[in-house]
Amino acid sequence: MSNIIASTAPKARALTPEEIHEIEHEKTHYPYAQAVGLEALKIVQKYQGWVSDESLLAVAEYLDLAPDELEGVATFFNMIFRRPVGRHVIQFCDSVACWMLGCDSLKGHITSTLGIEYGETTADNMFTLIPVPCLGDCDKAPVLQVGDVVYRNLTPEKIDQIIADLRAQA
Amino acid sequence: MNGPKLPLTKNIEIGRAPFTLAQYQAAGGYVSVTKALAMEPKAVREQVKDSGLGGRGGAGFNTGLKWSFVPEPDGGPRYLVVNGDEMEPGTFKDRLLMEYDPHLLVEGVITSSIAIQASQAYIFLRGEYKAAEKALQQAIKEAYEAGFLGKNIQGSNFSLDLCLHTSAGRYICGEETALINALEGKRANPRFKPPFPQVSGLWGRPTVVNNVETICNVPGIISYGVEWFKSLGINGQTGTRISGVSGRVKNPGCWEMPVGTTFRTLFEDFAGGMLDGYEMKAFLPGGGSTDFLLPEHLDLPMIPGDVAKAGSRLGTSLIMVLDDKTCPIGCIENLMKFFAHESCGWCTPCRDGLPWTEHMMHKLETGTGSMEDIERLEEMTRYMAPGNTFCALAPGAAEPLQSGLKHFRDEFIEHVQHGCKYKQH
Repeated sequence: MSNIIASTAPKARALTPEEIHEIEHEKTHYPYAQAVGLEALKIVQKYQGWVSDESLLAVAEYLDLAPDELEGVATFFNMIFRRPVGRHVIQFCDSVACWMLGCDSLKGHITSTLGIEYGETTADNMFTLIPVPCLGDCDKAPVLQVGDVVYRNLTPEKIDQIIADLRAQA
Repeated sequence: MNGPKLPLTKNIEIGRAPFTLAQYQAAGGYVSVTKALAMEPKAVREQVKDSGLGGRGGAGFNTGLKWSFVPEPDGGPRYLVVNGDEMEPGTFKDRLLMEYDPHLLVEGVITSSIAIQASQAYIFLRGEYKAAEKALQQAIKEAYEAGFLGKNIQGSNFSLDLCLHTSAGRYICGEETALINALEGKRANPRFKPPFPQVSGLWGRPTVVNNVETICNVPGIISYGVEWFKSLGINGQTGTRISGVSGRVKNPGCWEMPVGTTFRTLFEDFAGGMLDGYEMKAFLPGGGSTDFLLPEHLDLPMIPGDVAKAGSRLGTSLIMVLDDKTCPIGCIENLMKFFAHESCGWCTPCRDGLPWTEHMMHKLETGTGSMEDIERLEEMTRYMAPGNTFCALAPGAAEPLQSGLKHFRDEFIEHVQHGCKYKQH
């Protein structure tokens, strides 16, 4: 039929050879495609920074999974980002051990310095701020993590330094 | 039989890179694998059972007994899953073990897999633990190269693959059946029990889920024997465990010590007591999901039964100290916020009860609470009690709340009448 209106719904993008290579490697660790699905979302996020609708559909298509089910998984786990994030994701620990050592005021320091709240990204796309459950470094509280690095025994001055260093990295 | 006094941390030196396989072997490592391969699997299980080793993840169930529920091999796959999803608020022991002596965990995985005749093992590691991930990847690679993993380990008929799985987050993954769902790539909702995972776990096959520290105890038991393990404990207990302290103490940290050590020894001798100008008001004995204990309980030995008699749980045995200048209501509010956020949303008391509880705690903390809220909070602890929920998350969340209502009742009422008097948060 020629008069069908073109759908504006997102469509699967093509996965990159690197993504496919890593997904294929994960397949060797798990007997079922569903288990690989979550791994594939992590792989896609590693390369793209986040999981777009187009990426999610691509993974579902590649592994023959139901897109809605994969979406349910993607939105369940807090380390899968379904929205774009900044270059540096600040994972701020606000659980009880850090709270007892004053993390609330430190969070205030970050939000006023960067002008963002939890879940927001700075206008220059440099930083995203999110809370993280207890980082398991309570003897060095308060702590936060950016990428692979945990920053410990935080003070407002240390936070200023961390932000300056991360900006300089970019 | 002779053996090390501190088997879990003997190879650990903060600031030094973890032992390579060669260094680890030179320090007596991987002996338990050779020994276990020469034993009947049942005999390995019996030794672990007789050692009295209890699960170090929080529940404290006898490990060998947990293993004994695995049915006899039927030729199909069987799994060992290590729970390295350390996320209980205030707990930081597995991080130490995995970052600083990854081979101990790998050895434990192999020996435990021999015991239950597992063909595939997974280490379920929390995604944020990047240093542990790096250390474990290296250790697993070395173990494969040395023939401790893979086909026909050390020339035996036993084969085992070990996969490091990094989690995508969520506290609920620490619950063993939720963890299994996460590993299967599903939403991490807990499963109905029975059947227990030992019978029908990962992909419906026999599966044992053990905590990192639990598995790290196994090499010692097999290498040096049950009598040695028993000689390590005090106050009628066996073995060692890692306990620790956070909060405003002089020397926060975690240390390996005999099972049965008292809270006071941990708090005063290891952590050096409170910082000057602060006093202990109360402490959470083993994570955010345990009942508050008071300074008068410090002389209790860290034994699950003794702590239970005092109205709490030993949990992970890493204590969090609440000082006299920090608001207990704010502390409980923080905990309720955590648990409300981490509820998987599966069952009503947890999904709806926890946000409501958090809301009432927030009202009290910000001076807009009422006496009615305090009564409601009491009710909530009953709705979230064991038996009313699918898993232990909400009953765990109720523990600091119910004990807080008991121990700090005056402060709850004061918050209703005058708001929060504490400056320091």
